[in-house]
Amino acid sequence: MSTNAGITQPRGLTRGLLSVNAWLVYLFFYAPIVLLIIFSFSDNRNVGVWGGFTLDWYREFGDSQPTKAALWNSIQIAVASTLISVVLGTMGALALERFKFRGKQVFDALLYLPIIIPDVTMAVMMLLFFSQIAGWLGLSKGFATITLSHIAFSISFVSVVVRARLAGSDDRLEEAALDLYATRWQAFRFVTLPLIMPGILGGALLAFTLSLDDVVITQFVAGPGWTTLPVFVFGLIRKGVTPLINSVSVVMLLASTALVAVSLIAQRARGGDVV
Amino acid sequence: MTLTEIPETAPELPVQVATPELEATNERNDRRRGFLMALPAFSFLTVFFALPLVLVVVYSFATRNRFGGTDLSGWNTDSYQELGSDLVRQVLTRSLVLAVITTVICLLLAYPFAYYMATRKIGIRNLMLVFVMIPFWTNFLVRNYAWYVILGTDGPLSQVTETVGIGPTRLLFTQAAVVLGLVYGFLPFMILPLYASIERIDGRLLEASRDLYATGAQSFRHVLLPLSLPGVVAGSILVFIPSLGAYVTPEILGGAKTTLLGSYIVTQFLTARNFPFGAALSTVLMVIMLSATIVYFRKGGRTL
Repeated sequence: MSTNAGITQPRGLTRGLLSVNAWLVYLFFYAPIVLLIIFSFSDNRNVGVWGGFTLDWYREFGDSQPTKAALWNSIQIAVASTLISVVLGTMGALALERFKFRGKQVFDALLYLPIIIPDVTMAVMMLLFFSQIAGWLGLSKGFATITLSHIAFSISFVSVVVRARLAGSDDRLEEAALDLYATRWQAFRFVTLPLIMPGILGGALLAFTLSLDDVVITQFVAGPGWTTLPVFVFGLIRKGVTPLINSVSVVMLLASTALVAVSLIAQRARGGDVV
Repeated sequence: MTLTEIPETAPELPVQVATPELEATNERNDRRRGFLMALPAFSFLTVFFALPLVLVVVYSFATRNRFGGTDLSGWNTDSYQELGSDLVRQVLTRSLVLAVITTVICLLLAYPFAYYMATRKIGIRNLMLVFVMIPFWTNFLVRNYAWYVILGTDGPLSQVTETVGIGPTRLLFTQAAVVLGLVYGFLPFMILPLYASIERIDGRLLEASRDLYATGAQSFRHVLLPLSLPGVVAGSILVFIPSLGAYVTPEILGGAKTTLLGSYIVTQFLTARNFPFGAALSTVLMVIMLSATIVYFRKGGRTL
């Protein structure tokens, strides 16, 4: 890519049209988000009508016990599933990028499937599996089943991101460390790990976001009385929309934007790539 | 490994001569090490992914009993025969049509966008990329809900059209709203692979075609498009598959008359409690998805 001459900018009308299209795409991306934020401060029971400024809906969020419980569940599940899938996914990525072993191709394929499978199908799989197996394993439907399901799709995303990073890094550095009498562990800890750290962080962010995003799979494997914030909000929307949903949505929005911002800053500080 | 302790008398370590035997041992050790590193993820995915996948296929051949449960004995293909019914055909056709429309709209918006992005200076390019990524990272449910607010009966869009004089818009709970929501949700999936493949194209090839008197359209048709085809295919699959299985978007923005495959499958499990039929539908969705992916890899695609 470095030897690439790059594509020169078109001129005249084409260029104008392209730039208009770009601005329209951005307008399309951001207008709904901005409007949602505005209406979360609107003093009107009708969610899309402006009725003067108020903070009532944020206060209601603060007072709503079930909303806060759902939020807490979401955070716990996201943290647990991210931690486990980062460890498993990174090990899997290292195995695939750095070693040859029997069953490698099967493993590679198995790692790809959760990414491309539609989440409705995955939800059905987990529902049937846990209804067959949960009692037998002594798992109750709730925290454990949701976390296990989230790990099942997050491992793949983590390993894809870490693999991309590993593929771009020089494995001779590790060999050099080994030649200089570093143990396998030392070579990993002091050479490979720092090199792939941006990939691991990126994968962790992706796993965390996906866990916080998921509605369908969680809805299928959560037992009665167990809910996460997106599932809770989804239920509220279907029952009948209230302005509380606006404020909860904006909080979720800000949380994910803050996460991305923090990771971008962290990566820039480490000199890593964007995304 | 024998290198665990680093002795101060390192020079006195026995010099390992690279004999064939030693290399064979090293390779064996490497294979074992790789296998052991893959093992945790491999076992996890076997139990919590591959096994459930097989279970869905097994269930699709099972029988639904009178109590709403499922008997795993007495294999039959009843559920697959049910797929031929008018209702199912309607749902399948509607889902396919909406997924295709969504994919085409995304392609039409994303291609010029990605091309434009690839022609900008590196700094602006990265900035543009970040602003595509932010909505991509934002909660999917929230993004769909935002459209619910906008399209609502007295919502902002309706107010604008009324002021302009076109009269109120009644888009919410229509198929158009579902397509809008899907395009909004999946557009980044189209932009990113397209940008990745256009950015890689050697600009001199385009210049060469123009030097050889190709018109802009010809140069696009015969140079740019073929070279960016992997991105087009990857983006289309990444948009088409989730659109086909979409559940959240049609539930929020679609009405009762816009049941799509995803919602239909969910109904079979959570409401109708017809597990075998729901499993058969899921299997069909899975087969479509796998075929699409195989086509992609056959076309020379490398990564999704």
